[in-house]
Amino acid sequence: MKIIIILISTIFVNNVILAQFLGICPFLGTSKKTSTAVGMGAAVIFVLVLATLVTYLLNKYLLVPNGLQFLQTIAFILVIAALVQMVEIILKKISPSLYTALGVFLPLITTNCCVLGVAITVVTKQFTFGEAAHMLNLGEAIIYAAGIAIGFAVALIIFSGIREHIDLMEAPEGTKGTPIALITAGILAMAFMGFGGLV
Amino acid sequence: MSNWKTFTKGLIKENPILVLLLGCCPTLATTTSAINGMSMGLATTFVLIMSNLVISLLKNFIPDKVRIPCFIVVIASFVTMVQLVMQAYVPDIYETLGLFIPLIVVNCIVLGRAEAFASKNPVWPSILDGAGMGLGFTFALTVLGSIREILGSGSIFNCRFLPEDAQTILVFVLAPGAFIALGYLIALVNRLKKTK
Repeated sequence: MKIIIILISTIFVNNVILAQFLGICPFLGTSKKTSTAVGMGAAVIFVLVLATLVTYLLNKYLLVPNGLQFLQTIAFILVIAALVQMVEIILKKISPSLYTALGVFLPLITTNCCVLGVAITVVTKQFTFGEAAHMLNLGEAIIYAAGIAIGFAVALIIFSGIREHIDLMEAPEGTKGTPIALITAGILAMAFMGFGGLV
Repeated sequence: MSNWKTFTKGLIKENPILVLLLGCCPTLATTTSAINGMSMGLATTFVLIMSNLVISLLKNFIPDKVRIPCFIVVIASFVTMVQLVMQAYVPDIYETLGLFIPLIVVNCIVLGRAEAFASKNPVWPSILDGAGMGLGFTFALTVLGSIREILGSGSIFNCRFLPEDAQTILVFVLAPGAFIALGYLIALVNRLKKTK
């Protein structure tokens, strides 16, 4: 039950892009075609879960016992950058087909702020999810990360579908390209506001 | 390029948000009011100036192959400094901006300027470039924050100018308003560029 609450709350109610504004750059950058959006979404799901797992353990067993929480930002970004590089090398070796599918998007993910954002959020913020406020344990953190990543993929894929149609239409002078995409994202965010109060 | 031009290009002609479209996440998330937008802009400006300064000093010692990780470490150190200082002296603003202070590390503008300018130029122009880009970012954030605050809360810099019971367009301080306001702002800039 709790798993479902976490998933619904992260995918729909607090959608990472449309409500929390994390990862806007890849959202605007890779949403021109649905096929690219699917690739980026898959790569983010993969990396985000892995990065959260590693940074959570790093924080719990290395930083906190030694009183080094102030190094969180530096430590996390280095771990994420190294992790992405490693995933790229390993995938190339063991699963070339997956590598060709995700390949181009992997390096882009280091600078995707939702990865660092989620890594920091799960170790610093308290969550309720239908119970008293508490810090997330490892299992909940992983589910939270997975939910956020799925929410990213859902918003990205819906948005890319809309954007493919917008490209065929006549936009008013000056709003062609990014401005009309931003306004569309605003309307999409309004639609997602309808999920508010669900959890 | 003269020093003056290095400084002013970031303000309008190559404004990081309105023209280059870099660093959209903090732009959308922290501009619920003019004050919030401005503080976020100033925090980023500090990191930009300091990281440009240090990277330009170290540019001959950093091996080319590992330059990106080195830049990130330098930037992350300054971000941590900003984070600790803000936590100590302006806890209110630190609370509102929250997650987006540590996220300055992954702001594309900071790494972008380090890579495109500071790693190739002497110290003084790099500082000016960082200051210009940072102030351009601050300017755009303050304008967007003001628009959203005026429309959404009927106030500017926390001074309410509408009567207490007046209706405001609340959606502008919520998430959708951020996208829509930025969209129209960029459309306006595009339009002005064309008529010039």
